[in-house]
Amino acid sequence: MTEGSLKNMNPPGTWEAGTPPTIKVKKDPLVPVTRTSYLPERDADKTPILECIDLGITFGGLKAVDNFNVAIGRTEIAGLIGPNGAGKTTIFNLLTKVYQPTHGTILLDGKDIATMSTAQVNRAGIARTFQNIRLFHNQTVLDNVLIGLHNEMDYGMGGAILRLPGYWRAERIAKERAMEYLSLFHLDQHAMDLAGSLPYGAQRRLEIARALATNPSLLLLDEPAAGMNPSETAELMENIVKIRDTFHIAILLIEHDMSLVMNICEGIVVLNFGRIICKGTPDEIRSNPAVIEAYLGRKGAKKL
Amino acid sequence: MKFLAYLVSGISLGSIYAIIALGYTMVYGIAKMLNFAHGDVIMIGGYVSYLAAKNLGVSPLVSVLIAMAVCTVLGITIEALAYRPLRSAPSLAVLITAIGVSYFLQNSALLIWGANPKAYTPVISGTLQLFDGQLSVSYISILTVACCIVIMVGLTLFTGKTKMGKAMRACSEDKGAAQLMGINVNRTISLTFAIGSALAAIAGALLCSFSPALMPTTGSMPGIKAFTAAVFGGIGSIPGAFLGGILLGVIEALARAYISTQLSNSIVFAVLIIVLLVRPAGLLGKYTQEKV
Amino acid sequence: MKKLSKGARTDLLTYAGVIIAFIIVSVLKANGGLNRSQTGLLVPICCYIVMAVSLNLTVGILGDLSLGHAGFMSVGAFTGIITAMSLASLIPSAPVRLVLAMIVGAFFAAVIGFLIGIPVLRLTGDYLAIVTLAFGEIIKELITCLLVGVDSEGLHIIFNVSGSKTANDLNLLEGGKVIIKGAQGATGTKTIASFTAGFILIMITLVIVQNLIRSRQGRAIMAVRDNRIAAESVGINVTKYKMMAFVTSAALAGAAGALFGLNYSNLAATKFDFNTSILVLVFVVLGGLGNIWGSIIATVVLYILPEALRGFASYRMLIYAIVLIVVMLTTNNPVLKTWREELRSKFGKNKNKEATDA
Repeated sequence: MTEGSLKNMNPPGTWEAGTPPTIKVKKDPLVPVTRTSYLPERDADKTPILECIDLGITFGGLKAVDNFNVAIGRTEIAGLIGPNGAGKTTIFNLLTKVYQPTHGTILLDGKDIATMSTAQVNRAGIARTFQNIRLFHNQTVLDNVLIGLHNEMDYGMGGAILRLPGYWRAERIAKERAMEYLSLFHLDQHAMDLAGSLPYGAQRRLEIARALATNPSLLLLDEPAAGMNPSETAELMENIVKIRDTFHIAILLIEHDMSLVMNICEGIVVLNFGRIICKGTPDEIRSNPAVIEAYLGRKGAKKL
Repeated sequence: MKFLAYLVSGISLGSIYAIIALGYTMVYGIAKMLNFAHGDVIMIGGYVSYLAAKNLGVSPLVSVLIAMAVCTVLGITIEALAYRPLRSAPSLAVLITAIGVSYFLQNSALLIWGANPKAYTPVISGTLQLFDGQLSVSYISILTVACCIVIMVGLTLFTGKTKMGKAMRACSEDKGAAQLMGINVNRTISLTFAIGSALAAIAGALLCSFSPALMPTTGSMPGIKAFTAAVFGGIGSIPGAFLGGILLGVIEALARAYISTQLSNSIVFAVLIIVLLVRPAGLLGKYTQEKV
Repeated sequence: MKKLSKGARTDLLTYAGVIIAFIIVSVLKANGGLNRSQTGLLVPICCYIVMAVSLNLTVGILGDLSLGHAGFMSVGAFTGIITAMSLASLIPSAPVRLVLAMIVGAFFAAVIGFLIGIPVLRLTGDYLAIVTLAFGEIIKELITCLLVGVDSEGLHIIFNVSGSKTANDLNLLEGGKVIIKGAQGATGTKTIASFTAGFILIMITLVIVQNLIRSRQGRAIMAVRDNRIAAESVGINVTKYKMMAFVTSAALAGAAGALFGLNYSNLAATKFDFNTSILVLVFVVLGGLGNIWGSIIATVVLYILPEALRGFASYRMLIYAIVLIVVMLTTNNPVLKTWREELRSKFGKNKNKEATDA
């Protein structure tokens, strides 16, 4: 590879605008691949992009997450749901190595990530967004995405200071790529605005754009619809499916908005008190008594 | 026996650091600022006590009380004029202002009292002979250690038991929430500065009793060392400041005696660095991880 | 050619400003427009500009408060002096020795910066500040213990921990020369620093710092400053980029120190104490965090201010202190702030350009 070129030359692609309120998503039936894991039929013969085996973490005696077994297919949109405090975000923090697991294994595309740091996990293929948005608020929208493209550029410090040809080439290509990502999320007109000045919904979109810029094979979205109105949520839903179809990546999302989860997720994992209480397709989850009990309590579940 | 003598001098030096550090840690805990002017308040306390004893002819104790009163007023004034307007400003702006206040106090002292060192008369003189005169402990050492313990216990009770003390703790944790609970945040911060400055005055008198040369720069290094002590023990923690101050004094005295006079400060700072690497929040501080 | 971005334009204006200032001052100097004490300020101002710009890299761009920047200057100054003095017979050309001294000074400061960075960069906030302060003091005291001399056999170095040794213990041969005498510092240094060298050092510093800021490395450093966890989540190696900024900053301070050291025939290590670090920090903060040309202007104004106030003799430092406090209070006053922003939006874009440097 020549210096200054981008590692992944494929353009992010484009999609047409248009906002039907509900969307049709192609969903394959789930098939068992191990005793505890299911994958969509089309991904079943390939290595799952993510596999957690007996994953757990203990905070001062409290088992925040325990015995977490999940597999996610290479092009699956999966949902992680559960009541507040069930340990959903903790699982994201374990997957990205913000927290170190107390026990268990995380396999990313079949490779153990036990010794990796957060940054290395990202380079290996996991990108994420945050529940409480974590943008670089004082930098421009464009710069936020350029920071996401950091590891896609490969000129060194010397090249940067001396402004060698590789610097100019990589910067130009990166800017073009960044603008393409921004236009996917209708943020291209705001490229030069400060990220912190964007409205809430746009900030959430920018965070997804930044995560995508790191060229992941698994995207983790932590409550992407939080604080959005129904029309924004509908657009988001569409965007998530488009991301999967354009980039051919897997997406795992935490969400409280049930319409979103039931609409677009193929496999859903329900968590309560750090343990999986149910796994399956949206239909299976909807009718599962344990799930209803977790959300409504025992009495509420009885009344239903 | 020699070791014991070094230890005693270390503990009494450490007690002075501890008294300054107690004031520092309270101010830091509530205002979250590196108050570089704190050391200069010590110097002002020293001068006021010196002048009161010399010109008014009052007893040492009264001179210290006068110094405490002056420093309390000074502390409250500094806070109200220089720091309060910057409460929502970035911390670096507050830091630079504190440096400005420090320069201001030092240069005012230089203009008023001149650069020549003043010979401070110790608040108490004489020594106590122990082990048939093999170990002599000056009364000022005993007084310093006693003062330090009384102040430490007093502050612990004050912040733990009284209403005002609880208000202080609330403000240091979350000013907004404290205000919503009906606590007058400005008054609480003023009070903290008042206490810190009064302690600085006591420390000034004791410091000058140990090394009687009083100059406009007298307070700078003890101020920095006391802050080091507060960080060492875990900033914001009253027992931490006490422990940090004593340990710092002992390490300094022993390093000076057994390793090198020239490198004593370096050794103190090196110990601080090692402690912070092992315990990032100091000896008694609580380490909190950022929530993701 | 495409229209320049705002950042690139600010960079070019900064270079242009420095070059114009250099030409004006050089012409003044050549025509006797500067008196002796004014000429004497030129090299130190250049050194402090480099100090301020390099500290801005740590404090403004990386976002870590360092109170020990003078320590790196000190390392650069004394290694630079040793280099220049010990090569005096080998390399007769003073400018060549000066360049070598600055390179050696920068190198040693970078090495020390790296070693200090390993523990320091694990800390944050005020803890980091106090530890950098501690390291600055440690460097100062270690240099105070140093005895260095040179003779035909090469360098003689004694580390005088007990304080009992003197320059005689170096056992220099006939014709040997003592370079550093412990607490007295460097004595009898040949002053080979020049204003032109200062100007070139400023330009090199600007190229390094400004080009670094506007690169993927610079963006990574600022990402770490703004949100460490988010930076990690997009694959940025936090330690690496913190270290990059810290070491670069230290190296530049080392080069400035070498130039500074070779501007005085006598120089004690106590010159580079905590107060010097604070002085530079004040330049950086008043110039604006992350604002490079602001650092330059603040350095020039604040360095000259006490000199200009010489007429007021003993009051000058007091006035300096008051200026410092008043500037901080007014620039951070919420009422004045909104008022200023209103003014700015009224006068539109041309005001904006100089106000922010992003």
